[in-house]
Amino acid sequence: MSRRGVAARCVLLAAAAALLPACAGEAGPPGTVTVFAAASLTGSFAKIGAAFEAANPRLAVRFNFGGSSALAQQIVSGAPADVFAAASPDTMQTVVDAGDAMAPQVFARNRLVIAVPPTNPGKVSQLADFADPDLTIALCAEQVPCGAAAAKVFSAAKITPVPDTFEQDVKAALSKVQLGEVDAALVYRTDVLASGGKVESIAFPEADQAVNDYPVAALSSAPNAAAAESFVAYVLSPEGQRVLADAGFDRP
Amino acid sequence: MRTQASTAPDQHDRPASGRSARGRGTGLPPLLVAPAVLAFAFLLLPLLALVVRAPWRSLPELLLSQEVGQALRLSLVCASSATLLCLLLGVPLAWVLARADFPGRKLVRALVTVPLVLPPVVGGVALLLLLGRRGLLGQYLDAWFGVTLPFSTPAVVIAEAFVAMPFLVIAVEGALRGADRRYEDAAATLGASRSLIFRRVTLPLIAPGISAGAVLCFARALGEFGATITFAGSFPGVTRTMPIEVYLALETDPPAAIALSLVLLGVSVVVLVSLRDRWLTGSAT
Repeated sequence: MSRRGVAARCVLLAAAAALLPACAGEAGPPGTVTVFAAASLTGSFAKIGAAFEAANPRLAVRFNFGGSSALAQQIVSGAPADVFAAASPDTMQTVVDAGDAMAPQVFARNRLVIAVPPTNPGKVSQLADFADPDLTIALCAEQVPCGAAAAKVFSAAKITPVPDTFEQDVKAALSKVQLGEVDAALVYRTDVLASGGKVESIAFPEADQAVNDYPVAALSSAPNAAAAESFVAYVLSPEGQRVLADAGFDRP
Repeated sequence: MRTQASTAPDQHDRPASGRSARGRGTGLPPLLVAPAVLAFAFLLLPLLALVVRAPWRSLPELLLSQEVGQALRLSLVCASSATLLCLLLGVPLAWVLARADFPGRKLVRALVTVPLVLPPVVGGVALLLLLGRRGLLGQYLDAWFGVTLPFSTPAVVIAEAFVAMPFLVIAVEGALRGADRRYEDAAATLGASRSLIFRRVTLPLIAPGISAGAVLCFARALGEFGATITFAGSFPGVTRTMPIEVYLALETDPPAAIALSLVLLGVSVVVLVSLRDRWLTGSAT
């Protein structure tokens, strides 16, 4: 306990006080920390991982990015992971229910935006356009978090969308927009930012109805429990939060 | 590959200077038995795990649900259409590869097998780049005929055919190379036209190879996921085939996904067994 606490504090200190090499180098837990994280965290967690490694020279971070549900499935089936960061509390709950994680903490929030190809060929401007049968529309399948959020938004706005396809994850929906195959899709704001200007985004007020919480937890079967705790602490630290904010996430 | 080797006639199978034990020995070499059993177990046990863990009690209810029926029907229709398309285009291609002599034939043959190694999702993106609304050809289809392929049932057939055709081409080409050309020569000397020879001599000669190839092709098309979901998307009743239904079920309800996989498994076993006789004939000739 005390070692873990020291380690976490060390990391926090290192982060806040722009690195104390002696502290980080000697007290940080050694080895590898394996982080399973939702696909939408790919860019920001890679940055956080690099900064975390710089602050903890004896630690290497390994990531496994994927759909939250698939990752949860892998963890429950015994995959050797230290940390799980999910794109939805429901998915995290399945891991908690299986006894594999305790006390998840929300570290970021994400909201939906309308993504359209650069020239906006469908002249989409608002959420109500998703009910236009002449437009080609992609939504996430309701089984995945972005689809569940979209369904919540539409029911709150009392709009019945007429999609042409239900994509298996948010990146697939976004790539259909990038390729110009659909006129519009509902994706997360962070995904549009990550695409680097290849799609345009339109914010809409109804998005407030379905803000997505991202929980993170150290896993109870973590092979490297101390390192898991310090990584979670780092994600919640001002340093980690800054990276997430830059990527377009809201603070919890 | 197996069919290719096994449909080859015996005469050039064994060199005259073969090992002496070869012709007389009947039993299996003991050294091969253990790895063979291991291979069989390796292929079978994961399926067994599926069967053991299947939610048998809720199975009937799941199977009678509308989505599953819809997805299964769509899968069967699309896989059959894709197989038909592959037969219509793939058999002539196999014939050209096996019989025609033209520069760059080896390169063409290698290119034909590319979809085998291409990750199917990449295949789907490639199809979008060619046939999508903004694709190389697709933009003209859209502008001239108002046809957009993505997100339609024909797109599913195209994606499945793209991924499955190499299986058919390779099987049929192997059969053609193995077929005894003297029959064709004899027919020619008797005055039969080229197309008559192809229809009445060549085709019957390689029929086992074609049916083996078609079965492989159908099985591959039935299980196709990556290219389909990328190129055709996923909409219930239009483009959502069984593998996509399974994938989505896995997100929320893994037991249901297992049940759906069992259906797919059951269908493929029925198809394979029903074609088994022809398959075996193929290996024996």
